[in-house]
Amino acid sequence: MVAGSGRRSGTPAQATASDVIIEVRDVHYGVATRRIFQGLDIKVRKGRITAIMGPSGTGKTTVLRLMTGQIEPSQGKVVVWGHDLADLSRSGIYALRKRMGMLFQNGALLTDIDVFENVAFPLREHTDLPEELIRTLVLTKLHAVGLRGAAYLMPAELSGGMARRVALARAIVMDPEVLIYDEPFVGLDPISLGVILRLIREMNEGLGLTSIVVSHDVRELATIAHDSYLISGGKVVASGTPQELASSGLDVVRQFMNGSADGAVPFHYPAPDYRKDLLGGGE
Amino acid sequence: MSAALEENLIVRFLRTLGQVTLFFFRLLAQCVPALGRPGLVIHQIYNAGARSLIIIMLSGLFVGMVLGLQGFDLLQRFGSEDALGVAAALGLLKELGPVVTALLFAGRAGTSLTSEIGLMRATDQLTAMEMMAVDPMRYVAAPRFIGGVVAMPLLVAIFNIVGLFGAQLVGVQLMGVDTGAFWSQMQSSVELGDVTEGIIKSVAFGFACSLIAVYEGYHAAPTAEGVGLATTRTVVASSVLTLLIDYMLTAAFL
Repeated sequence: MVAGSGRRSGTPAQATASDVIIEVRDVHYGVATRRIFQGLDIKVRKGRITAIMGPSGTGKTTVLRLMTGQIEPSQGKVVVWGHDLADLSRSGIYALRKRMGMLFQNGALLTDIDVFENVAFPLREHTDLPEELIRTLVLTKLHAVGLRGAAYLMPAELSGGMARRVALARAIVMDPEVLIYDEPFVGLDPISLGVILRLIREMNEGLGLTSIVVSHDVRELATIAHDSYLISGGKVVASGTPQELASSGLDVVRQFMNGSADGAVPFHYPAPDYRKDLLGGGE
Repeated sequence: MSAALEENLIVRFLRTLGQVTLFFFRLLAQCVPALGRPGLVIHQIYNAGARSLIIIMLSGLFVGMVLGLQGFDLLQRFGSEDALGVAAALGLLKELGPVVTALLFAGRAGTSLTSEIGLMRATDQLTAMEMMAVDPMRYVAAPRFIGGVVAMPLLVAIFNIVGLFGAQLVGVQLMGVDTGAFWSQMQSSVELGDVTEGIIKSVAFGFACSLIAVYEGYHAAPTAEGVGLATTRTVVASSVLTLLIDYMLTAAFL
């Protein structure tokens, strides 16, 4: 499989209004005294895999929480399918979420019900489908992620990779238009990682979904992403295709893409002078 | 400095009180839709009620036995040990049954509810529900709240029955109080109002303990320490509130 084969042309900056389905516009956000975003701009285009990258602690997951209306920006707008999330009631946001699926970093499976019931959960909550049809749909989705045989295991009996695949089956069971992945590659062995990568690509191409992947695994993202955003210091410091980011001249982008320990993002957390600190006897 | 600290404490107390009140109304609003899933509610009644049975029955037995001993010791000083049945029944029905059951409930079922919901928060299960457009208040909080409210009066009733058996065991079988006097005096002296007082108290304690347990779990910080602290707060707040409500209701009934 050639990396990025079949990609559409165009960078995020060239997005037209009609194909942008999620837009984060000049968003500022902070927790207590810590400012996380200061003028964040991101556009997610229909049918594409958009990667949101950045060093740990830059607020990548917070971007997803903003996009899904879990938190509100202190300034700026988050527009989803043309709706400003700030104008929507809880039921309005729930209506939008029904069109989205989200894969959490740890799977977030409900631990008191088995795999089958976890995948069936959204169907039982939002539809009145007969039991036979629910069974067919659930088994189809579990088969798509290769875990039909694990349908009656409890979440505690699954490995990390399996739990994430079950969560993926649950995320797609309502046939969402947008699929959001929060750090899908963390802690996976090479086989599970390859499986998840393949599934993300297949879901996007086969089901015609729009995907948003938040991760700091540059190499993995480069093989699947159409558009990439690199966040650092509370804003997007670079955007474009993964190849464009790889050839960027910006220090912070180069450091991130090459995995350098020190550079624009310092290795050391701000601290007093080392020599003085050691000789100062802890004062 | 001291005034600022005091003001800070008062503001924090009022803010928490407001949050709990709003949470309570949100919870009540979700109770009706939650009843549409009887399976979930029955499961939670089982969790809060049936799983607390052993500790409630054992405690009820020993409390009843102590009541039998102490009651006998006190009453025989006045030569009225035949009234032991009445003393035990009134003590259990009006005070000890509801209060001790509520305290035990806070320690057994309350902590279990808080830690369960807190861990669901810490492992993103509640967020996952919200992302699936399912309100966790309806699916998680409301059934557990209803389960606690329904279980508490049932547990109090069982505590009282076992407690009376314990008092009878000690008073009649060991200390020699006349069986007929024990039961007949109880039958003639205990009024419906005494039973009603106990029932009202048990329902009030059920609301208070379940609300605190669910609230603390729902708002626990998503860390191991956060869940631990929330669990501790559940026991402390439930116990204090139980005793406060008990005093207020007792004063109201007198």
